[in-house]
Amino acid sequence: MTPKPKRITDIGPPHYEKFLPPVIKRNYGQWKYHENLAPGVLCHVAESGEKLYTVRAGSPRLLSVHTIRLFADLADKYCGGYLRFTSRNNVEFLLTEPANIEPLKQDLQAAGYPVGGTNNSISNIVHTQGWVHCHSSATDASGLVKSMMDALFPYFVEEKLPAKLRLAVACCLNMCGAVHCSDIAVLGVHRKPPKIRHDLLPKICEVPTLIASCPTGAIRPATVDGKQSVEVIEEQCMYCGNCYTVCPAMPLNDPENDGISIWVGGKVSNARSTPKFTKLAIPFLPNNPPRWPEVVDAVVNIVEVYASHAKKFERLGEWIERIGWPKFFQLTGIEFTRYHIDDFKNAGMTYARSTHIRF
Amino acid sequence: MAENGKPKTKLLDELEKGPWPSFVTEIKKTSDVSPMCDDLLGQLELSYEEKKGHWKHGGIVGVLGYGGGVIGRYSDVPEQFPKVAHFHTMRVNQPSGWFYTSDALRTLCGIWERHGSGLTNMHGSTGDIIFLGTKTDQLEPAFAELGAAGFDLGGSGSCMRTPSCCVGPARCEWACYDTMKICNDLTQAYQDELHRPPFPYKFKIKCAGCPNDCVAAVARADLSIIGMWKDDLRQDDAAVAEYAAAGLDIQKDVCDRCPTRCMSWDGQTLTIENSECVRCMHCINVMPKALRPGKERGAAILVGSKAPIVQGALLSSVLVPFVPEAELFETLQELIKRIWEFWDEYGKNRERVGELIQRVGMANFLDAIGLDPAPEMVTAPRDNPYIFLQKETAK
Repeated sequence: MTPKPKRITDIGPPHYEKFLPPVIKRNYGQWKYHENLAPGVLCHVAESGEKLYTVRAGSPRLLSVHTIRLFADLADKYCGGYLRFTSRNNVEFLLTEPANIEPLKQDLQAAGYPVGGTNNSISNIVHTQGWVHCHSSATDASGLVKSMMDALFPYFVEEKLPAKLRLAVACCLNMCGAVHCSDIAVLGVHRKPPKIRHDLLPKICEVPTLIASCPTGAIRPATVDGKQSVEVIEEQCMYCGNCYTVCPAMPLNDPENDGISIWVGGKVSNARSTPKFTKLAIPFLPNNPPRWPEVVDAVVNIVEVYASHAKKFERLGEWIERIGWPKFFQLTGIEFTRYHIDDFKNAGMTYARSTHIRF
Repeated sequence: MAENGKPKTKLLDELEKGPWPSFVTEIKKTSDVSPMCDDLLGQLELSYEEKKGHWKHGGIVGVLGYGGGVIGRYSDVPEQFPKVAHFHTMRVNQPSGWFYTSDALRTLCGIWERHGSGLTNMHGSTGDIIFLGTKTDQLEPAFAELGAAGFDLGGSGSCMRTPSCCVGPARCEWACYDTMKICNDLTQAYQDELHRPPFPYKFKIKCAGCPNDCVAAVARADLSIIGMWKDDLRQDDAAVAEYAAAGLDIQKDVCDRCPTRCMSWDGQTLTIENSECVRCMHCINVMPKALRPGKERGAAILVGSKAPIVQGALLSSVLVPFVPEAELFETLQELIKRIWEFWDEYGKNRERVGELIQRVGMANFLDAIGLDPAPEMVTAPRDNPYIFLQKETAK
């Protein structure tokens, strides 16, 4: 019995039109403006005068089928069965009846899914698999996110920041997701070179690919005990873990030395200033499950200092560019170290090449 | 401390406290669907105790006919947690804009309850529905049921990954092109490249309807399609006056925040020098009732963004400053064809398009794909004199 004859392939996703509520089909591309009615509640007004109400709720992203069914039931109860998810993994209910907004909010909150995440709030944290599913993670993702969002919860359900503030977590330097362009990013890092399994390496790894995977050229071919393998020039290794990605015989997980770095000041939108990469704020904090208190404290501190100093509409990175990095380190109390000074390619671009110095 | 209950998840139980919805609760309440959930929690608790992951490296599994779409994963402590000895992820291609009906979601839940752990991610960072955790022998049956329900797998490996888009014209007055349609059309046009990895490395496409870039296309896609307009902002003076009357400080909050200072406010009228506007969206974001993108709409096409590995992180850079909406799909198809031909020919193993451009130089890349250089492509001309002159330019 070959399964081949009956196979359905290459059909792609279902066409989105099947899933659009009638009010959206009627006003597709004909929206006039929108208003923010309350944290987590938007109203879009079409040229036709029709209104669409959106209620946005936070989600842990990792969802049980039971929770998805709960969302489906709420969509049936309040909005004709139509809902969507956002690019930050919140869930949105699409309503035409404003009287349903409050009951829906109450049902969501009673089930433990808070309404918020709009405008100048801290919306959901874009994050990755961590210890739940990935082999190369230097930390967990879901646990960090839960710990941070518990501490930052008032910022999700209210809109009290100068501008929006995007948080992201990536559990290793592959930076799946948006860590390299977020206002505050939490990134799992290693601090020890890989341990080479010379017995396994020739059997399971392609050596040229392995050598090419190293950003700093720290991996060289070597003969060990008469067998072809590699050596790592440890002074050149900065523990990125890319060699492990391509070669299972180069593990570098190390519970005592793996941990967290914190990055700040990135953005993707073009509003006011051009998109920016995040920059290093804190080179290392320990992995301290289940609550990662050092990481949570550090993130809350940065949020609070930013919130109390930035001007209206100023994103974290824009605020830092205005006040300067020395002032950022001074105001946050974060120590500036040798590790903050770039020493990768074109590093000179980040050195201060003027006498514009504040005292 | 949660001493009572299941002692084996003492650390994870802590994460059921607090106001934010708990992933631990999500896993626990799914154990009636599959005993995989108990072993997943058990293994995760071990990871929390030992501060390290317990998944074996890699894993190559899939469905017949496809080279991607499933991420194989095996526990490295299978004796202790046999139910997650296999714990593969299936990526299911999401509909444009992540819109669903309750019925469609229930169908997906049913399929995953029958063939997997009952755990999902809604959604993966690239956009796919993530079916989190199943065994190898369940991949084909799950795939067959997905196909019958009208869903297909998404991408993984060195392929065109699942494209994604912002909500666009479905619910946003700023959408400068139909992101939902372009995303869907590209996904359908390149099903082969999505399902059967043909490339040196991964290739991602994201469609953002305006420069607010709500899908982070500039940072997370090799090809970033970002909505733009070419003519003047549409301005409603009466609505501007209403914002001013309601207390908005138009000078400070709008004019002074404009990156090109192309706006002025005399207390009565807002004047915009549109030829100096860079379409950053700030003034529109602040006064959505008064200002709107122009009517001559389309998109800017940017190329090359990626995360740090190997040669450093890149943001996408301008390739085509403006394509009118009516020509967008055709232009994209032509550009994609040329980019893929060149990258396939010259890209090294595991070299992203952005890194290839860095290696060969943007000018050579432009030659290769048949585009003329334009000043919109750079923030500034080069500041070094190490210029490679083409042979015919010197006598």
